[in-house]
This record gives sequence, structure tokens and C-alpha cells, in this order.
Amino acid sequence: MVVRSRRRSLEPVTPGYTRADVEAISTTNSEPEWLRESRLAAWELYEDLPMPSLQTEEWRRTDYRHIRWNEAEKQVRANGATLNTVPAANREPLIGDAQGGLLVFVDGKVVHNELAEELAQQGIIFTDLQTACREHPDLVRANLMTKAVLPSDGKFAALHAALWTHGVFLYVPRNKAAELPLHVISYNTHAGASLGHVLVVLEENSQATMLVDYSSTTSETQSAYIGATELLVGDAANLQYVSLQDWNRETFEFSHQRGRVGRNANLDWIVGNMGGRLVKAYLEIELDGMGANGRMSGFFFANHDQLFDHDTQQNHNAPLTTSDLLFKGAARDTARTVWQGMIKSLPQMQKIDGFQASRNLLLSEDARMDAIPGLEIEADDVACSHAATFGTLEEESVFYLMARGIDRPTAELMVIDGFFDELLQRIPFERVRERLQAAMENKIIG
Amino acid sequence: MGAALEIRNLHVSVEDKPILRGVNLTIKQGEVHALMGPNGSGKSTLANALMGHPAYAVTAGQVIYDGQDLLELEADERSRAGLFLAFQYPVSIPGVTLANFLRQAINSRKKAENPESKGISVPEFIRLLRSKMDYLQMDHSFAGRYLNEGFSGGEKKRAEILQMATLEPKIAVLDETDSGLDIDALRIVSEGVNRLKGPDLGVLIITHYQRILNYIKPEFVHVMFEGQIVENGGPELALQLEEHGYDWIRTKHSAAQ
Repeated sequence: MVVRSRRRSLEPVTPGYTRADVEAISTTNSEPEWLRESRLAAWELYEDLPMPSLQTEEWRRTDYRHIRWNEAEKQVRANGATLNTVPAANREPLIGDAQGGLLVFVDGKVVHNELAEELAQQGIIFTDLQTACREHPDLVRANLMTKAVLPSDGKFAALHAALWTHGVFLYVPRNKAAELPLHVISYNTHAGASLGHVLVVLEENSQATMLVDYSSTTSETQSAYIGATELLVGDAANLQYVSLQDWNRETFEFSHQRGRVGRNANLDWIVGNMGGRLVKAYLEIELDGMGANGRMSGFFFANHDQLFDHDTQQNHNAPLTTSDLLFKGAARDTARTVWQGMIKSLPQMQKIDGFQASRNLLLSEDARMDAIPGLEIEADDVACSHAATFGTLEEESVFYLMARGIDRPTAELMVIDGFFDELLQRIPFERVRERLQAAMENKIIG
Repeated sequence: MGAALEIRNLHVSVEDKPILRGVNLTIKQGEVHALMGPNGSGKSTLANALMGHPAYAVTAGQVIYDGQDLLELEADERSRAGLFLAFQYPVSIPGVTLANFLRQAINSRKKAENPESKGISVPEFIRLLRSKMDYLQMDHSFAGRYLNEGFSGGEKKRAEILQMATLEPKIAVLDETDSGLDIDALRIVSEGVNRLKGPDLGVLIITHYQRILNYIKPEFVHVMFEGQIVENGGPELALQLEEHGYDWIRTKHSAAQ
């Protein structure tokens, strides 16, 4: 339906990309023909799709019209950065001294690419997506935006498919386990557009743990991150996937992220949002095989004029599937947050168990938090439920701590830290937890 | 000379409703006092007002502690000055472990004394906490549990006494620490208090029942009624209340007004 609105001029503006940009990126990277074609096909789709309208339910709380595309659309260019450009604290091994692999992008360029010998020997592939396209074309071609995130998912998904700039590829063969965690860092020192991709393919009965860490340095100029994350968890495989974001305050993120979980497989997905000016993230778990289990844990802390919008789905596409979602967030100053969650089942998918909970901590009267749970279940023998709660800082708790000699700012910090603790404890890396806690404390104080 | 808590003509309101109507009481380090009285007489109001709970508004009177005006201090400053309140209903704080909380409480004291202080070291703190827990016959696993979260009534009260043992106050107010305890829990908690008693600790035991006073022997007993202390005496006063209940207090002092 085309609506001719009098307020049409207020509709979001489209970035100024052209087909030539798509061709240029493909040429610069000397990409194989299939990839070039898939980019161009996505471009056609992109041109046909409208920019997401604020009139729609999905976007009506998330006004992104303050993005200045003339700044944000310029592709971030690498500029002689090295691994040492990344703050040392972010580069530390995740557990002890051991690291399964470390892949570091600065401004979209690979500056470090390392995979432990014992993992490589098992046939595990962990490299950047451009390299993977050249060295493992069949594996990439079969899985890149064909199963999880599709170019047709939306304007930004199509744009990403046409113009993705860099990415990571993890592949774990059948019956193999990446015993040590894999660590990806995506660090930007220049403003502009980056379109990063994550493609994880776990074959049957395999296992991996991966952390992706996004951040950027302060800038007055706007940036856009138009990302896609695809997690393909094969039958009886186990994936623990942690993604943390601390963009600078002038970054707009639009991302599509989807996991597909096979028969008796597990996806344990943790996502943390701290930075950015505006984040609109679609996070979806597709439970495709009987006995599949998906857990999604989200945490966020919004301050100043930040806006975080998480749009989650737990899709039960097979019987005997379970899903569990917990989002915990805080908002202060004039920040806004939105969580829209949906549990869906295909007709007659019996014995499914889906749960979603959204816990919100409001730290100022001017902040606003929306939580919109939803269920669409077309079967009768199911256990699906949801819960959403909103609270403020409990004065009784703060007083209790103060009555033991702890000053008010510290007491408030402890209560807020405590609110998030349950979620942070799900992150299996102590140093990362400490870093997040420090970042959180900066936000509470700053 | 030890510290003293002098309550002079204290008036306190909650939500504009007067509850305390001129309380006078002095507790010195080394003394054990019991404050008894029927429900609703204002005992807990006194405890909360002394600690500086924001919902309890002091409308008149003074509280002098260790030579300074206590009412000028925030709750955390009162605590660091050596005042302790064992809460009647300790709140649970999810995500904050008992150990983390107590370590922070100790460090707050060290920081207040010396802004350069790095606080207590982790091994030293663990040693301290374990010794105090052993003293109160508490399982060490309590240290890692979220503060009061899922604690039974007895566990909560024991955790309050553990905090008191660790923070070593000069004056401690125990607000109905005996309520909701079975006889074994009451004995353990009382023994804990008795071990802490001494020349450096003044205690005000607030209770409705005489029962706890079988375990902790007060030298001074006070009776509160309708927001005032109406009777003062020794241990025999508690026994008198045990025997005759509060009716004679009601008759005597309601009539007096």
C-alpha cells in the first residue's frame, strides 16, 4: 500500500550509494564472479525496497532521521593502523593466556589473523570473509546470506548484502570442537560507514565459543554500522556466541542477526549494547530441528540521548524445541530503549517451551523504556510465557548499603551492578566481564 | 572516656504522622540496654531514625553521638562513625554477594580515614571474614551468596550479626533481632552478640518479648509506649513485663495523659 502522506518530507532519507559503489567494492577486492553477482542482485533488491518507515510498528519508536548520510555513508578507510592501535585491554587473551584465535580489524582492514595450531589441524577455519571467499568459495557461497540473514529481510539487509566491506568466517567441521575461544575485534578509528559480517558455520556435533567485540574512537562525524550476523548451528552442535558493542556516540547501527539451530543443537547467544547513538538490531533465533535449544541474553545501558531498539524473535519451527530469552537494561538521562519480542511457533509444533523476560531499570524520570512482548503460538501442547518488568533504583537497597558505611554513589553503583550481575555472569570470560563492569560504571557516573 | 549516644527529646514523624514524641535515652560504650514495648509504640521508628533512614523525619530534639550532632550526618557517615543497626527486615540485594558487600563496607571506612588507602587486600579480607563466620557458626558458602537473597529468617539475622562482628561498631542497635527466630537460631545469634559485648561496645536491644533477654543480659531496661519512654529500670523490669504483659503500662500511662 502506498500512502501519500502530507508529512512525506519527514520520511527517512536514503543514503547516496549507487550501483557503481557495489561494482567498485567488488573490483577492489578482486572478487569472484559469483560474489559480484550476488552483490549486484542484492543491489537491485535494495533499490526496490523502501527505507523503513516510522509509520510501521517496527520502527515507530525509533526515529533515525537525524542520521546525516553525507557523513555516515562514506566508507571507512584503513589508514596504516596496526594491531597496536587497538587498546591493550581489548586484546588480552580471553581465558588465561590461551587464545584459540584472534582476528582483528581496524577500520575494516585485517591487522591480525591468528588461529591456534591445534585448531587449524582439526580443519577449523577462522579467517576474514574476503580470504574465505577466495580460499573456501564453496563453503562461503553455500552459506553467505542464503540461510540465515537474507537480502530480502529489509532495506538494510539488502544494502549490507550489496556493500559489505569486511567480515569474519568461522567454520568447524563435523565432530570437531574448538576447545579454545575465538576472539574477533572490530575497531574503527575513522568515522563513516562500515558493513561488517559474521558468518559462523558449525557442522554436525561440533562446538565453538566466539566473542566479537565492536568499538570505535570518539568522533564528531557520524558513522553507520550496517551489519549482518549469521550463526548456523548444525545438528547436535554447540555454539556460544558473545557480541559486545561499544561504538562512539555518533554511530548509528542497523543490524540483522539470525541464528539457525539444528536438531538437538544449542545456541547460547549473549549480546551487549553500550555504545552508539542509535541501535536498531534484529536478533532472531530459528529453532529448526527437533530438540533444538536457543538461549538469548541481552544487556544494555543507555545514557544521554542514546536509543537502543532490540527486536527479537524466537521461532519454534520444530517440535520439542526450547527457547529462553532474558533482556536486562537500564536507561538514564533522556535515553530511550525499546524491546519488542516475539515467540512464534509453526502450526502443530507440540511440546515447545518458550520464555521471554524483559527487565528494565529506569534511572531518570526523563528516560523512557518500552517493552513489548508477544506470542504467536499455533499449537496447544506448549509452555510459552513472557514477563516484562520496570523498576527504579530501590531506595531501601541503597539505604541498607549506606547504613554499613558505603557512600551513596558507591551504593547506587553496587545496586545497579547487582541488577546486571546475573547476565554478566553468563559471559564466560572474566576479563571481559570486568571490562564491561568498568564501562557500565563509567556510564552510571558519567 | 568511651563514646556515648545521647537521645534528647527526640520527635520523629513518618509521612507527617508523629510517632516519637520526645524520647530521652543515653547509651554508653560497654553498656547493654533493652528497649521493650508493645507493637506500634515506636521502637523501630527510633532505630531507623537513629540510622538516618530518609523516610523518618526528625521534627524536634537532638541526638549527640561521640560529641557530635548525629542528625547532621548521612547514614553512611553515621555507620563509619561507629553506629550500627541490625535491621528487623534486612532487604535482599540481588547480584551483590555478602563478601563483596562487606569488603566494600570495610574499604569505605579505610577510604574515609585515608583517601589514599587501597583498601583491605583480598587474602586479608578472606581471612577476616572466615574467622568471623566461624565465630558465628556460619557456613563459608554464605560469603558467595547474594545478600539476603533466599536467606531464611534465621540466616538473615545471623548475617546481620556477622556484619556487626566484621564492622566492629561502638554502639549497636538490634531491632527485633529475635523476631522470627526459632530457639536454636536465637541462641546462636545471642551467643554471637554476647561474644561481641565488652567495654568497646554499647548495645541497644529492641524487642517485644523478654525471651532474648534470657540470653543477652541487659543492665538497663526501658519501656516505650506511644512514642515515649515511660519506664526505666533494671533487669527486673523485663521480668515484670514477662509476668504481667504490657497492660499495666497501658493503664498507667494512657491514664496519665
